[in-house]
Amino acid sequence: MENIFDRQQDTAWCPGCGNFGLRKIVLSAISELGLNQKNLVFVSGIGQAAKAPQYMNVHYFNGLHGRALPAATGIKIANPELTVIVESGDGDMYGEGGNHFLHSIRRNPDITVIVHNNMVYGLTKGQASPTSQKGMVTPIQVNGVFETPINPLALAISLDASFVARGAVHEQELTKELIKKAIMHKGFALIDVFQACVSFNKINTHKWFRENTYKIDDDHNPEDKIKAFELALKENPFPLGLFYINKNKIPFEENLPLYKNSKEPLYKRKNEIKNLLLSKM
Amino acid sequence: MDKKISIVLSGEAGQGIQSIEGIIVTVLKKDGYNIFATKEYMSRVRGGVNSTTIIVAENNINAYYEDVDIFIPLSDEALKRYEKKIKENTIILADNTQVHHPQITNLPIQRLASELGNTIFSNTIAAGVILGIFDASQELIDDFIKNLFQKKGEEIVNKNLEAVKIGYNIGKELKNNKVIDININKTGDKNSLLMNGADAIAIGALSGGCNACFAYPMTPSTSVFTNMANYSKNYNIAVEQVEDEIGVINMALGCWYAGGRALVTTSGGGFALMTEGLSLAGMTETPVVIHLAQRPGPATGLPTRTEQGDLNLALYAGHGVFPRMIFAPGNLKQAFELSAMAFNYADKFQIPVFILSDQYFVDTYYNISIFDTDRIKTENYIIKTIKDYKRYKITDNGISPRGIPGFGEGLVAVDSDEHDEDGRITEDLDGISLEMKNKRLRKFKEVEEAALLPVLYGDEDYKNLIVCWGSTLNVILEAVKNIANPDISVLFFQQVYPLNKSTIDFLNKAKNVIAIENNSTGQFTDLIKKITGFEIKKKILKYNGLQFSVEELTKNLKENL
Repeated sequence: MENIFDRQQDTAWCPGCGNFGLRKIVLSAISELGLNQKNLVFVSGIGQAAKAPQYMNVHYFNGLHGRALPAATGIKIANPELTVIVESGDGDMYGEGGNHFLHSIRRNPDITVIVHNNMVYGLTKGQASPTSQKGMVTPIQVNGVFETPINPLALAISLDASFVARGAVHEQELTKELIKKAIMHKGFALIDVFQACVSFNKINTHKWFRENTYKIDDDHNPEDKIKAFELALKENPFPLGLFYINKNKIPFEENLPLYKNSKEPLYKRKNEIKNLLLSKM
Repeated sequence: MDKKISIVLSGEAGQGIQSIEGIIVTVLKKDGYNIFATKEYMSRVRGGVNSTTIIVAENNINAYYEDVDIFIPLSDEALKRYEKKIKENTIILADNTQVHHPQITNLPIQRLASELGNTIFSNTIAAGVILGIFDASQELIDDFIKNLFQKKGEEIVNKNLEAVKIGYNIGKELKNNKVIDININKTGDKNSLLMNGADAIAIGALSGGCNACFAYPMTPSTSVFTNMANYSKNYNIAVEQVEDEIGVINMALGCWYAGGRALVTTSGGGFALMTEGLSLAGMTETPVVIHLAQRPGPATGLPTRTEQGDLNLALYAGHGVFPRMIFAPGNLKQAFELSAMAFNYADKFQIPVFILSDQYFVDTYYNISIFDTDRIKTENYIIKTIKDYKRYKITDNGISPRGIPGFGEGLVAVDSDEHDEDGRITEDLDGISLEMKNKRLRKFKEVEEAALLPVLYGDEDYKNLIVCWGSTLNVILEAVKNIANPDISVLFFQQVYPLNKSTIDFLNKAKNVIAIENNSTGQFTDLIKKITGFEIKKKILKYNGLQFSVEELTKNLKENL
């Protein structure tokens, strides 16, 4: 079946790149949900993953490196009726954009954040990313990475992010369902997605991800924050699936007084300021 | 000289200077006096010494005079910091158990407050003294006090009513006994507005269709943000304090992209963090309005002081080449109008527009006639998109009709990379990439043609021409009025970039041109030279962190004529 969101064009990605797999998954997810193309906006930063919206028939805001989240929040503020999906890489989201990541989780706008996590910088050709594992040798980290990698899931759960999941490109069905669930979830939804960088990460390959991940047991209760945090700390192998969900958080936009009673977007609203001036009399 | 009385209140941060100021300024204005007030304060929450200058005048005086007629220090420290302002005829009203100086007229406010049950009432007593001196309406005073303390319960309201009355009677006695001889008529318009620069900017922005405001708190820009937060309770405006200024500008751009009209308000260091975002506005042709309240730098500098030092920053911020507009209001009416126009121009040309103010401007109050709100219309340039909509359609004037997601049939794609008409990345250097660059360059001409005329104050036939911009306007006009030389006119730039083409004609007509700027190098003077080739050789500059006073400028101008 033809996917209206699919845009066939030359991409800037290497053959075999995990981005292709994730692109396919995202396209299926938004198509299966039957989202209205008119009201769907993708937001991205900079990097190879951040180019993903270029290759889709969608509205998009391809902004600055690390700054997708505040832009996405601004979009949601201007028009809460839009479905907003952020798609970017590990460097963009957890490195350059780290501060926005923390505070956007606290703010809890109703957006879905898909992070292509290949544990390396691709566009700049192979330097360490915030999720690179210790010991990885790169053209810059010539003696191997010594910094402790960021654990985005544990970090997100510690901040009480309202939806925290990990997918992987080799688990297409699982990841697609997680993305669908995340889009339908009201509030900030993070899906970190494992994928390989075939050109610059010779350690965390497709094979490595397959061998170092497992699906979370069905008996895990994602509403149990402590258990979710424990699960998020598990490494080698890394769990895949829905770690944590908090259904009781009010999305950011709904906390704004002007959206308390109506979701009418800003461009349709007006202000009459005469009384405001009279109050200064 | 106009009939005027200048009152200076000084005390430590936390001693309540601001609450005394609030009572005096509001009541006297409502009672029909013309009021001017400005404050200077230290960058601390407790201690230090802050002051407020209040000028009550028969004619509107909207400018800062440094001379003091009545000085009310709340502590010895407060007195010492302003000791050089004390002249022979300065009346010092103070409690001589707290403050020591031979010229003091004793106000036993500590004892009187204690008798009322708490020294906390001493501020209300002090305010009462001033109101008594000016024979203010007791009804207005009581209304104000009731309103102010209403939330704290009846007992507190009554105690404060008593306190203000005690002070009021002391003030009346001082006046009746001619200790303080004041004879200023209540010539002000009771229906005028009393506001400061921050109010005028915020209300102006709202009337220009602003419906979102994002910021990270930073003195002196925060007061505009605080106003917006207050308005958000009753008006259609989304307000959010963002984690940092980088987030602020990017949130604002996302908001504009989706149909909002966002204002960001910041000061030097905060704006420095926004410069990449500014460049993003340039590349994506997303409108944005930036209120930049200047304070002295570099770095943290003097956080609570004033300077016109960030013109160059606003002019050159952001990598790459893209058009922008910079407004610099000189009075409240201009602040109101320019802040509204900023939104219309940003939307029309799809560019960043700056409102450049400073600490002195945002913190200065006076009363003015009500603005004509009918003159300001919100202009909206958003179009409903059609199916094959192209966000960056190549056009003759460089402006591509701007659609937003969710309104129309088209897709709206914007990109920080160089892009084609569809908003998709391109590296077609001699093709669409170059065409996009040229499209953006063509907008410079459009923006330049819209540049506002400088405002000429004084006769059109002038020998001496004073060139100025931004917050110095009223002080300069007041000084020129005092000099009373018909050969001086003032050319004021409410828009400092781009410059209106007539600028050079104004300059060429004068025999003697003097630039006055509240910075150390004459940044605007340099800009004029760069754009028009005209070199202004005489510059009066001040950069110690304070605004010019009328007295010093009067003296300085006389020497330069």
